[in-house]
Formats: sequence, C-alpha cells, structure tokens
Amino acid sequence: MIESVTAAGDWVLVLPLALCLLGAALALILRRDRALVLVMSLLVIAAVIACEVVLLLRVYEAGPLSMTMGKWLPPFGISFTADLFGAGFSLTAAVVTLLVLVYYEGDRGSGLDVNFHAMVLLLLAGVTGSFLTGDLFNLYVWFEVMLIASFGLLVLGGRPLQLDAAVKYGFLNFLATSFFLLALGLLYGSLGTLNMADIMRVAPQANMAAMGGIAAILLLAFGMKAAVFPLNGWLPASYHAPPPAISALFAGLLTKVGVFALLKSMVVLLPASRDLLEPVLVALAMATLLIAPLGAIAETNLRRAIGFLLIGGVGAVLVGIALPSLDGVSGAGLYIFHAMLSMTALYLVAGLIERATGATDTRAMGGLYAASAPLSILFFVLILAVAGVPPLLGFWPKLLLLQASLGQGGWSGGLLAGALVVNAVLTLIAGSRLWAHIFWRAAPDGAAPAVVGSVAVWTGYGATALLVLLIVAAGLWPNALFEILAKGAPDLLDPSRYVTAVGLAGGVP
Amino acid sequence: MDQVLAVLVGCFMAVGIYLLLSRSVIRMLLGLVVFGNGVNLLIFTAGRLTRAAAPIIPAGLAQAEGPMANPLPQALILTAIVIGFAMFSFLLVLAYRAYQSLDADDTDTMRVAEPVDAPNPPLSY
Amino acid sequence: MNTIIFRTMAPIIVCIMLVYAVYICLRGHNEPGGGFIGGLIAASSIAILGMANGAEATRRALRVDPLSIAGIGVQIAALSGLASLFTGSPFMTSIWLYLELGETIVPLSTPMAFDIGVFLVVFGTISAIALGLEEGEAG
Repeated sequence: MIESVTAAGDWVLVLPLALCLLGAALALILRRDRALVLVMSLLVIAAVIACEVVLLLRVYEAGPLSMTMGKWLPPFGISFTADLFGAGFSLTAAVVTLLVLVYYEGDRGSGLDVNFHAMVLLLLAGVTGSFLTGDLFNLYVWFEVMLIASFGLLVLGGRPLQLDAAVKYGFLNFLATSFFLLALGLLYGSLGTLNMADIMRVAPQANMAAMGGIAAILLLAFGMKAAVFPLNGWLPASYHAPPPAISALFAGLLTKVGVFALLKSMVVLLPASRDLLEPVLVALAMATLLIAPLGAIAETNLRRAIGFLLIGGVGAVLVGIALPSLDGVSGAGLYIFHAMLSMTALYLVAGLIERATGATDTRAMGGLYAASAPLSILFFVLILAVAGVPPLLGFWPKLLLLQASLGQGGWSGGLLAGALVVNAVLTLIAGSRLWAHIFWRAAPDGAAPAVVGSVAVWTGYGATALLVLLIVAAGLWPNALFEILAKGAPDLLDPSRYVTAVGLAGGVP
Repeated sequence: MDQVLAVLVGCFMAVGIYLLLSRSVIRMLLGLVVFGNGVNLLIFTAGRLTRAAAPIIPAGLAQAEGPMANPLPQALILTAIVIGFAMFSFLLVLAYRAYQSLDADDTDTMRVAEPVDAPNPPLSY
Repeated sequence: MNTIIFRTMAPIIVCIMLVYAVYICLRGHNEPGGGFIGGLIAASSIAILGMANGAEATRRALRVDPLSIAGIGVQIAALSGLASLFTGSPFMTSIWLYLELGETIVPLSTPMAFDIGVFLVVFGTISAIALGLEEGEAG
C-alpha cells in the first residue's frame, strides 16, 4: 500500500481519460438529441485540453508525473506516467480532435451518424491513454479501445467502399495487436513485469537473445500499427473510405500512436535490443522514406495519395529511432507533433476539395484555383510544410534529423541523410503535381463546375485555416517547442527521472 | 509440461497463420481466433505452470496459506479473451455485411477500395 | 422455437436468471462471480425473452434503450473511480462504508459500485447486440 497522500493536483494525469470516457458514455445516453451531444462533446474536449495544458506545464516544471491506481505499489499496480513527450502529444491530439469536430459540423452532409460523437470521444480516450500510460498491458488495452472506436468510425454510414476498407483495416490491425500481445506474453515470461519503469530497470540484466527476439516482435507489431513500409498495405486501402473528417482524425492520431509506441519501446524500454536491430531500422526507415512518396506520385485518388505522403512521414520518425542521439530523438518527437497537425490539415483540405468538386479522383478535378484561391493557398502551404520547406513547421524536425544523421557519421548516417533529402524532394514533386492537377490546369471536359460556399462549409474552412495557422505560427516561432524538446528528449535517453517518478528508484532487487 | 504447452502454442500459431494466408474472409477470421488463442496460451505458459491453490484468499486471512497460483497471467488472459471476443464479433458482423453488400467472401474480388484496372496517372507536369 | 411451452416458460426462466444475475454480481467481491459474468447472465435472459416474445416487445419491456444502460454503466464505473479524488488517494482507490442495520453490518464500497457499472455495461451491450441480431433475423 502507498501510505503517502496523493495531491489533488496529480489528478490532471487521469482526468483527461476519465472525462473522455464519461463524455463518450454521456453521448451514448443522449444520442437522440444531436445538438446537445455536440455541445457536450465540445465542452468535454475543452476540459480535457485544460487538464492537459496543466499537465504539460507541471511535467515541464517538475519532470515526469506518475500515479499508480488504487494505492497499489508501483510494479504491481497499473501506473499512469506522463513524460514531456506523452503529455505534449496527448494535448496535441485533443486540440486536433476539437478542430475536427468543428470541421465535421460543416461537412457532415445528410449521412447517418448516430454514434459519431461517442466514438470520437472513445477514440480520444484510447489515444490519450496510449500516450499517458506507464504499463505495457494497459497500453494494449488502450490500443484495443482505439481500434474498436476506429472500426465504428470507419463503417459509419456503411457504404460498400467503407465495408471493403474496414475488412482490410480490421484484419491487419487486429493481427498487429495480437502480435503485440504475443510480445507482452514473452516479456512477462522473461522479466516478470510489464510496468514500463520496471522494464527499464530490469531489462539490461535479462537474456540478450530473448530481449532481441521480443524487440523484433514489438517492431513488427508497432510497425504494422504505424504503417512502416512493407507493412503499410492497410493504410492506403482504408483511409480514403470514411468521410474526410474521420480520415483526418485517423491520420492525425492512429499511426502517430503506433510510431510513438515504437519510439518508446525501442529507444526507452529495450535500448540494447534496439542496437541489435539497428540495421533493420535503418533499412525500414530508408525504404519507407523513398517508396512512400513514389506511391503518392503514381496515385490519382486524392486522399489515397495523401495517405502515401503520411507513410513517408512515418519514415522520418523511423530515422530518429534508428539514430537515438539527442538530436535524433528530438527530431522524431517534433516530427510526430508536426505530422499530427499537418496530416490532419491535409485531409481536411482534401475534404473541402472533394466537396467543392464533387470528385475524389484528381483526374476529374482541375481549375479549382479560379473558384477558390484561399483553398489553393491552404493546400500549397500544407504541401510545403509536409515536404519540410523553411520556415514552416515541417522544416525543424527534418533539420534535427539531418543533424542527427550527419553527426552520427558512418555509412548508415550518410544513407539516412540522403534518404531524408530525397524524400523531401519526392514529396515536393508529389505535392506540387497534386496541386497542379487540382488547382492549376484547366478543368477537364465534362467536370462539374466547382461549388464553394454555403454557410455550413465556412465552419469547415475556419477549422482548417486555424490548423494551418497553427502550423505556420509554430514554424515561425519554434522556440517554445525547442525548449520542450530540450527538457523532454534527455528523459527518453536516460530514463532515471522517469523511473524515480514512478517510485521504483534504487538498485535492482 | 512447459515443453508440451510450448509445442501446443507453436501448433496454434502455425494453424492460425496458415488459415490467415487463405483468401476466404471467414477462414481468415478463424485463423485470427486460433492465433489469439495461441497467444493466450503463451501468456498462460509464460506465467509459470504450478500445482497450487486458486489465488483466492480465504475470509479472515490477510494472505494466503501456502503457495498459490500466479493470478496476474489469469487476469491478463481474461482481459485479452474479452477484448478478442469483442473484436471477433465485430469482424464477424463486418464480414457478413461485406458479404451482403459486396457479394464477396474472397479477398481477391474485394476491390472497391483499391480498384485493379485503374488507368495510368496523368503524365503531364 | 416459438412453441407455446417455450413462450409460457420464458418469463419464469427470465425472472430466475435476472435474480441469479444480481446475486452473482453481488457475491463477486469475495468469491467467484462479479459484474461481468452477472451481466452476461442477465443479457442471456434478455436474449431468451427476445426469442420468445420478439425483439420489439422485449425493448418495450426493458423501457430503457440497452445502449443507454451501457452508457449509464460506464458513468457509474468511472465515477466510482473518481470518488477517491476527495480522499487524497490515487484514482480507483477503494472507499468503504459500513452501514449498521440492526444486527447485520452492510459493507458498501466503491469496488461494488464499479462492479455494478460493469454489470450494466455488459448487460447493455450484449442485450443490444442480441436484440439487434434477433431483429435482423425477423426482418
């Protein structure tokens, strides 16, 4: 039993989760009254954001914050532990969700969406839980919560296209979580613990070969969740199927959770095994960086093409995992933050484009520049941000990653630096091709004239523009982000503060 | 006993993966279930097999008398079974709905989301 | 399936199962049982009622929508965890209240409230799925 008194202020760690779950349940009960549910969901997410701002400030001031449920002692009770990265990402996730909810109001059309808000709140609970948990089995549970909610959102409306996409998404993601569970079973068998802080403590003494095998299975499982190159098949098959707001939510949250779990398990939990797997990680990072934008160039379905750009971004995070120096880890973290904002915004703009042209394939689009110059500017800015053109947000993480790869020296650093640069060029080509096809060239014969306007759509424009503004502002004034990274990244490389916060400091028993 | 169960886990996974490689959605689903059961059995085995009392502390005592089975793997498996069951029922309903609306149980013919015969992308720009 | 024997017996079976489900739920604190299995038993009784009387009549007999019951269950479970906020202890710490009613002492606790929440969640979701499937078969 823990005897010390828990300060009420520590509760900001679990309140976001409890609020999301309570909100989802309330949305389920009240689902007959759509307006009430909408207001309630917005209020709940606003409260979650408030809690997470307080949490972020606390973690920034005082280091990782931990709470173990029900007064159990740490390795036995389930811990929630926020480090600076986890707190920052969960805050970003909540902000993105709030903007997507606002956007959805302008874009929902007349489709059936009875449980939409309940499922979005459940998805946010799963994402927040995955970012804040300090226990691997608990992470598995949050993954499944996220998966159930995303299934529900993916088939919302039930068009044949969505059912087809959901079959592929569902089977491959369920298989990925089964592999995750497999790794957990082996980890528990060899270490006797699943608490992250405890694993950090005892893993170095464990059998290297066993740990290496477990790390490889974890890489497979999280790689599938994060859509790393050879395992990415489900993403372009499914992300273009649901309504654009839901695609945007998935793009901003789901793969980022997977890649953050990969970062945490490789760099923080099992660093010795990561060194064994380093050649694999380098190869995966390069393959993802180079092949994904080629897919985007060859693809004509707008949202599928953006899906390939999203996969390319996952490759950039992998560079940071393959080079776990201070710069590499900071770059990976900042890239996840950037991708959460930019990829969501890109899908939101795609939704506006699809709404204006009434088409999903870029071959049927064209000449949209004349109909809506603001839309073309939003899309163009986002393409530049994703490719990493200064001074937008996407530039800074790529700069850190380039520094890390050049600073590391050796053949792998050079190869990764080259891949990063080529990826930026290919992304720029793919993006500007899309831009030229959609906005610049003359509309193809027989295409329906673009329709932009109607009051409801303006909430969609507003939410998207706000997100783009956030990306531009964060790119122009990145100092706050760099200060957070300077405090947060060392904790990933040296987990002693994290272990102390959970209350497991001291020698190995 | 551990070795026997380890072999059994291997068999479960082999059968599960074999079924997953099939093109029929229902066989894939069965494969996932068999695979999931293999994983559950693995957690059970990894929690050490002992011949001991059930992990329930009798009334009036603060801790159990004598050795008792490790309750943690049991709790983990119970959670995993419940979650796996929820996923299975969702995927089963999904497969049925997909069969109704796409008229396909074979993944090769499920090509609505990824059309096979799409023309080449424009070569301009 | 829809014989007169089954239709006559069904309400009696349902009554017994529902009482037994509550008993299983409450004994779960110290002995095998608990909210999950109790909820499953209660939901199967609703499924039996649905088979005998039809899904529509069963929904009317339930009065509250099954998914709303599940939502209320989540609320109860989450709030029972939040109660320990006021005692200066972490999330989900149990709080006990011993009510003395004459000769017996009734222990009330937040784990019991949590278990009741779980009971309602399982009962609500499984009933909703069962009734949905029964409607699908009929229609």
